[in-house]
Amino acid sequence: MTSTACFIIVSRNDIPIYEAEREDAAQLHQFILHAALDIVQDLAWTTSAMFLKAIDKFNDLMVSVYVTAGHTRFMLLHDSRNEDGIKSFFQEVHELYIKILLNPLYLPGSRITSSHFDTKVRALARKCL
Amino acid sequence: MIGAGKIKQYSNILEKPLNKGKQEVSLSAFAFLFSELVQYNQTQVDNIAELERRLEDAGYAVGARVLELLCHRDKGNRRETRLLGILSFVHSTVWKVLFGKVADSLEKGTEHEDEYMISEKDLLVNKFISVPKDMGTFNCGAFVAGIVRGVLDGAGFPAVVTAHFVPMEGLQRPRTTILIKFAEEVLQREARLG
Repeated sequence: MTSTACFIIVSRNDIPIYEAEREDAAQLHQFILHAALDIVQDLAWTTSAMFLKAIDKFNDLMVSVYVTAGHTRFMLLHDSRNEDGIKSFFQEVHELYIKILLNPLYLPGSRITSSHFDTKVRALARKCL
Repeated sequence: MIGAGKIKQYSNILEKPLNKGKQEVSLSAFAFLFSELVQYNQTQVDNIAELERRLEDAGYAVGARVLELLCHRDKGNRRETRLLGILSFVHSTVWKVLFGKVADSLEKGTEHEDEYMISEKDLLVNKFISVPKDMGTFNCGAFVAGIVRGVLDGAGFPAVVTAHFVPMEGLQRPRTTILIKFAEEVLQREARLG
């Protein structure tokens, strides 16, 4: 049984640069994730870890967040409890994100339009989540 | 023969592994590329300040990427949340990866609370460049200042970073100092975090 999941990458200026939905989800999912940004903002300065685990709850959905060194946030909306799977998902996506970032023609903070990146993220989501 | 070595070809950059690979780049190749960068920018601008700004912007792009890459590769995914932490990260890790050695010194400014200085006796980018008298205080270290600013800005410590020549007795060439002046919000947050 697949769990509903919505994954977005938010740049340090609070602009979403990548979105992926598991199914046809309502705008509500993105709204929930954006509302959680404030919590992330404060929490990010209290720890030097990158994986911030579950930081917010909405009905039965949980928001988990992973903050990179450049304060780019990976946010996942999910209803499963598989913390290890989520952590490895974030770490794999982090590697992909760094490879995108290393492209000198990619402007940091702009939208990620690579279809290859999209394919790989979805494949990782199927594998880890 | 160029390209005689067998390197595995990847169809897409996303497939290529992120690990260290070959560490060294030819110094002459870099010096040549950098001199071309400076000369190209010289033709595009009218004044010294604009030239320094362009070099700084070029460095900023490098700094943003270096921060993410090094935190992932060398620091095992730990972020820096404190001022001294990020400064020692720049002084040691970043310098080691970029220039092959840690910076000569890291000092705290005496007059102002928000100023720090990283000094280098012979900065790599200035090694093969001589500045004519009519260009005044222009310093190609602005490129490195841009890198430092990119790293600090990316980590959430906005600062104004500039490069200066400091004449030293006993040394033929002046020492280069990177002056970092942090924004007010950084000091406030540092005070709050205690």
